[in-house]
Amino acid sequence: MDLTRHEKEMLDGKYGKGTAMAMKIQVAIGETFDAEKMVDITRAHVALSAQDADLWFVEKLLTQGAFCKVSPTVNPSIDLDYLNGHLCEIPKAGVDIVTATNEAYKKIGATLTFNCTPYLSQNVPVFGEIIAFSESSATPYVNSVIGARSNRESSQSALCAAVTGKVPLYGLLLDKNRKAEIQVKVEADIQSDFDYQLLGWCYPEKYKGLEVPVFSGIKKRPTPESYMNFGAQLNTSGAISMYHIQGFTPEAPTLEEAFGGKSVKKTITITDEDIDIVRKKLCGEPGKIDFAMFGCPHFTISQVKAVAEILDGKKTAVPLWILTSSSTKELAGRMGFLDIIQRAGGHIIPNTCIDVPPCWYPYYGKAGVTDSPKCAYYYEIRKTNFIIRPLKESVEAAIRGEVIE
Amino acid sequence: MEIRCRKISEGKVDGEVIVSKDSVCFYLVEPETGVVVEKNHDIEGKSIAGKILVMPSGKGSSVVQADGLFKLAKNDKAPKAMIIEHADTVLVTGAIIMEIPMVHKVEAKFYKTVLDGDVVSLDADNGIIRL
Repeated sequence: MDLTRHEKEMLDGKYGKGTAMAMKIQVAIGETFDAEKMVDITRAHVALSAQDADLWFVEKLLTQGAFCKVSPTVNPSIDLDYLNGHLCEIPKAGVDIVTATNEAYKKIGATLTFNCTPYLSQNVPVFGEIIAFSESSATPYVNSVIGARSNRESSQSALCAAVTGKVPLYGLLLDKNRKAEIQVKVEADIQSDFDYQLLGWCYPEKYKGLEVPVFSGIKKRPTPESYMNFGAQLNTSGAISMYHIQGFTPEAPTLEEAFGGKSVKKTITITDEDIDIVRKKLCGEPGKIDFAMFGCPHFTISQVKAVAEILDGKKTAVPLWILTSSSTKELAGRMGFLDIIQRAGGHIIPNTCIDVPPCWYPYYGKAGVTDSPKCAYYYEIRKTNFIIRPLKESVEAAIRGEVIE
Repeated sequence: MEIRCRKISEGKVDGEVIVSKDSVCFYLVEPETGVVVEKNHDIEGKSIAGKILVMPSGKGSSVVQADGLFKLAKNDKAPKAMIIEHADTVLVTGAIIMEIPMVHKVEAKFYKTVLDGDVVSLDADNGIIRL
């Protein structure tokens, strides 16, 4: 790789051991992918997870003197006070790792947004901007919906990028790699935000390749929530970090522009039947539930409003949790949605992720309902059985304590 | 036999090879033993601890992949080195921060010859595997 004098100095330790370590990792990534040089970034988002390796790595950088040149926003952690007050006494192991992780990210210069949808507020890139975003729903959103440029960073490589302020130039940062190679003809009727969860899960099941796909046949402009769901599932069921939707996403006004001169390597068709197969495989049989969980990725104010409208004047039979950012929670309070949800027996918890072991342990091994396949998938390892339903049905199930046909 | 390859993560080691046709997610490897527990996996029930792991690529998000490799390394059950076909950023980062030698772009004759249990000498720095 061709490094500038400044970059060589970073690598050689002139700016401290921490920066040198971050640069060493990034140069190795660059050489692996035949990057010619490094380029500056203007934004970063780190998928903080408050798990062992996460804490170990950020502390390792920190003890060697690293500090972020570009302050990254970070993923949710756990609101310990809220869970302690409303769910259970958090075991010491949970308190310790969450506290230490939050502290370490603060010290290294991260902006503690604790939110997994930074692309909707607080860290929104513009078209063409080169950035380093980790987090499964974030990378596809910034690339596909906004037209910013990020590779599928790991949480560690995104943190290194925040420290050096640079990324190796490869992959989705280059024009030629952003063009579609796969055409996906959507014949299925895709309308609601939930339909996008299923479509997002379905595509990688039908085609395993990682080439950029363009989806055609979508008739209505997807909502931000549809895009958010779509990317989260595409990147959980598979590892798709960029897609186009013909006529809607910025780099695909037409099919020709989406392909940009590349030939169609493969054509995939997704029918209503394909979506039904995913629904049957994924969503689970009706049954009793112990709790309801929403906000993977974090809920927007429109989704909070939709829940409040269903819960207005009712009581839930089981605890209902909505996970979101602290700013969305504040807005929900101002709008009166928080009161409605709390009167019904629900919770809005800010800054929190669905899975930071052992913080949600009372629900391990239990049955829940959610609108998110990603949420259900990450809970498999906790032996929690999630039934997946569209938002309205899920909230009605929480009122009933049961998912019915 | 001497085979050329390209360095991803530095280091020189000698060790016994384990070949997996499937990519490995380290979250689904038992941290205490290094035994692969993923159902229907090519090397389900076998241990990767202290071996030179030959596989197509890594899989899984950075959170699960890094945490899996970290727990193995903490218990001294991580693979000694990795030889892969397709690099992804998540695995590349994991190997470098855990200081596990890793190479890719290995000459095709390696895959035609190598068998489980072969002892190989891997010099990632100079891009050479001796079989």
